[in-house]
Amino acid sequence: MHAKPKLSRLPCRRWWIVCALALLPLFAEADDGQPMPDTLTWTVPFGVGGGTDVWARFMSHWMARSLPSHPAIVIDNVPGGGSITGTNLFYTRAQPNGEEMLVTSASTQFPAMLEDPRVRFDYAKWTPIIAAPTGGVVYVQPRFGKETGEILDNLREEPTKFAMQTPTGLEMPVMLAFDMLGLAVEPVFGMRSRGEGRLAFERGEAGVDFQTTSAYFSSVTPLVESGQAVPLFSLGVMNDEGVIVRDPAFPDLPTFSELYLAQPGASRDDVAYEVFHKFFASGYALQKLLLVPKQVDARLLARYRDGAKALMTNEDFLAAARQQVGPYEPVVGEVAARQLASAMELSDARRQWVVDWLKDRYGVRVVTR
Amino acid sequence: MIDALVASLGEVFSASHLVYMGLGVMIGLLVGIIPGLGGIAGMALLLPFLYGMEPGLALGMLMGMIAVIPTGDTFTSVLMGIPGSSASQATVMDGFPLAKKGQAARALASAFLSSLCGGVIGAIVLTGFILVARPLVLAFSSAELFVLTLLGLAMVAVLSGDSLFKGMAACGLGLLAGAIGTAPATGEFRLNLGVEYLFDGIPLIVVGLAIFALPEIVDLLIRRGSIAREQTSLGHGWRQGIRDVVDNRGLVAKCAGMGSLIGTIPGLAGSVVDWLTYAFASKTAKGEKHFGHGDIRGVIAPESANNACACGAMVPTLLFGVPGSGTAAIFLGGLLLLGLEPGVSMITTHLDLTYTIIWSLALANILGAALCLMLARPVAQLTRIPFVLLAPVITTLILFAAFQATRSLGDWYTLVAVGAIGLLFKQAGWSRPAFLIGFVLAPGAETYFYQSVQFHGMTAFLRPGVIIILALIALAFAFPLIKRLLQRRRQPLAVGADVNRQTADSPAPTFGNIDLVLVAGMLALAVGAWYDVSGMSMIGGIFPMLAIAIMAIGALLTGAQAWKGQATWVSQPIGQPLVWLGGLLALIVVASLLGFISTAVLMTLGFIRFVAKARWSAALLIAIGIGIFLLGMQALLNLHYPTGWLDAMLF
Repeated sequence: MHAKPKLSRLPCRRWWIVCALALLPLFAEADDGQPMPDTLTWTVPFGVGGGTDVWARFMSHWMARSLPSHPAIVIDNVPGGGSITGTNLFYTRAQPNGEEMLVTSASTQFPAMLEDPRVRFDYAKWTPIIAAPTGGVVYVQPRFGKETGEILDNLREEPTKFAMQTPTGLEMPVMLAFDMLGLAVEPVFGMRSRGEGRLAFERGEAGVDFQTTSAYFSSVTPLVESGQAVPLFSLGVMNDEGVIVRDPAFPDLPTFSELYLAQPGASRDDVAYEVFHKFFASGYALQKLLLVPKQVDARLLARYRDGAKALMTNEDFLAAARQQVGPYEPVVGEVAARQLASAMELSDARRQWVVDWLKDRYGVRVVTR
Repeated sequence: MIDALVASLGEVFSASHLVYMGLGVMIGLLVGIIPGLGGIAGMALLLPFLYGMEPGLALGMLMGMIAVIPTGDTFTSVLMGIPGSSASQATVMDGFPLAKKGQAARALASAFLSSLCGGVIGAIVLTGFILVARPLVLAFSSAELFVLTLLGLAMVAVLSGDSLFKGMAACGLGLLAGAIGTAPATGEFRLNLGVEYLFDGIPLIVVGLAIFALPEIVDLLIRRGSIAREQTSLGHGWRQGIRDVVDNRGLVAKCAGMGSLIGTIPGLAGSVVDWLTYAFASKTAKGEKHFGHGDIRGVIAPESANNACACGAMVPTLLFGVPGSGTAAIFLGGLLLLGLEPGVSMITTHLDLTYTIIWSLALANILGAALCLMLARPVAQLTRIPFVLLAPVITTLILFAAFQATRSLGDWYTLVAVGAIGLLFKQAGWSRPAFLIGFVLAPGAETYFYQSVQFHGMTAFLRPGVIIILALIALAFAFPLIKRLLQRRRQPLAVGADVNRQTADSPAPTFGNIDLVLVAGMLALAVGAWYDVSGMSMIGGIFPMLAIAIMAIGALLTGAQAWKGQATWVSQPIGQPLVWLGGLLALIVVASLLGFISTAVLMTLGFIRFVAKARWSAALLIAIGIGIFLLGMQALLNLHYPTGWLDAMLF
């Protein structure tokens, strides 16, 4: 009410200057490249309510707050083909205008690395804004023993089952780990989720099982406490030097790498270990990815990445993220881009090694391009 | 337990909770009434609001929505013959014939009241059961689940009535259609003809629409009447429907009990429950039976079961984090978004929230059914409108629904291809439910068979649960024989054959030109499909081979029956229906070129003006209404339609 008379007292010319000054940031904004879009569309190539969808919705809530213009973020679920259909669609249709982003997971990364004939997308054409790592734990029926060495010996003697989704899915590195430790674990395929695999374990049909960290805490910890399951090893986490170390969520549990490298004659340079390391990097160290096309305006990309970086110092976000995925620090910006580029790189020889391993060991034929 | 029960009761009846639940119920009814949308679309509407909400309120909203979807979808099942969702497929069997008889209000009233009872009984069962359900759910291993799918397949024997061989062939074809895509055991691709659309298999919603809805539409267009053939008054239909439920209260209780128990078994989709209870009702019903021709018990049984099933499906979802149904899978996502991890904690630390969920389920069922009952009479008037006026609207709805399956043009072409099978089946009296049951159960049957053999070896079939279920299956197969013995003494009864088939009048098997085409086509398909899967690994190819064998043997026996002169030759007209189907094919080609919205509006306008010969004003009004509906849905749910050049310019 009182502001108006005050303003009118300003001389006319000075009024113009005030206006021009007020508009200045707007011009500066325009000079800064493309303006931030009002609406961002995130393509999620998975169904509503799945793990990746929940992560995407969780991230969209925080990213929208962290970006300066608070854009509306629309989640567009395009499920099918184990995420290949929706990702292909994004690859052919998405404009590099900064409005369209893609959320992928291990089950998108693995087929791309194995050159599944259905894959028409190329991760080299995209760049990440933020990536979320996860860990995972292998646990066994208590009849195999209490102590790590004892359990391993028993698992080498007594054949047992492991309930899996598909041969080239999220559990492939875990199956490889069993084989590298010489365990007599046979896979049973066709589970529709890791949850179904755990149910098979609880029924006693499967002797060993594997869950990612958040599912382990909610569903397996009660089993461990009541003596119905014994944790065996974690997959570990990758440090900045690219070495797999103990998982901060399970500091007392040995990692698979420790157990493997303790075997006589085993080294980090073994082909099998290198393959494991590759798939661990792309499937766990960078499990969930938020990507944009590389041709997107560089300054716009920088602002998205700044938005993601700002989240890394936001205590509320970090607390919520710990609950959602476990005590793992998300990877942002250029670091994520570097790690992704090296993780997705799989030489033809290594790829052939995986194909041969699946065929000779389990009789599974994988078609590659 | 009692504390949590009472505390949650207070929570449920608080004003804010009721408001949010009411909102959920409204959205649930809306997405339930529109065919093709279901829990997934409803969830997509609600999810953006969920994050950061108080868990109790958010759960109320979610449960409100989930509880009433199987109530609302009854409208299209009864009024248009379109299965609203997979859980109300069996409702079409008798609900639509009742609508044709002019008893739509009766069918709807019965359906809603039994939905209400089913939902409430389900919630009551759940109240105590959730505390002790863990061992039961764990008792169902892959072996038990496999024989349960076999039990579902055995229902084919009951539902195909007198033409068992045709039912067998239809079921085999369904199994084969269900095997298209990827072998669950090895990940090998099979039967996909190199078409990328088929890598994932055919979506259930497309098959449901093609097998049930399309043939009905064609049939109605040829007859040129309204859906209600007999112009009886709707006046007392409402009261009659309620009386029907009261008279059959035993059936309601039994089916609701079956529904909630089967719902607790994870992985056995809700789409089996309606068929199991339908078959149960048709077998055990006393007195005069008209199943398949408009028997009200054929509506009451699946409708009381599917709402109870939605309650039962909460057991594995909450206790194990393994969803018991498609909708429950989405509910699970909602829980995770609220920061709730399902698991044992849901019956220990979060028991109050679990009871909030259960109470909300019961209350939402009551609220939803009451709203639907109020709507039943006015909406049932739709069946008296001349069908030519409704046809373009329903066709648009079907195309809309089919396209939501995977959002690719493949959905539409599959719709026409499977629709052709549905049309031939209907004209020749082959069992369409048998095809659908085969299709629905194929992935489960294969996966569970493979898993049980892998986990247990041959001892899988010596487990006590397995033996009990196998005994039930033997009973289902023996039933037609017992029935035949009884029939010698009594008037032949029509038991759940195809919707418009007059089994009661023609107990002897018939054979005609369409049968000949179908038998020949199936045999040719058998050869082609066998060639396709012969190069696969043993565990990847054994199931399609089994399906091919079932189909081929069924087709051969049907043919042999005719050859030996046991079947009476009948003429089966097919020309006109195929012309209409060709029209649909032309429509989707145009829609993919011009864009869906423009085509739907233009088609409606032209059809109503020139085929239905209505006034321009009426045609314009309906056409604009369709345009607004499609645009509104697009904006509301972030949907995509095929955009041809005209849509790209206009919208």
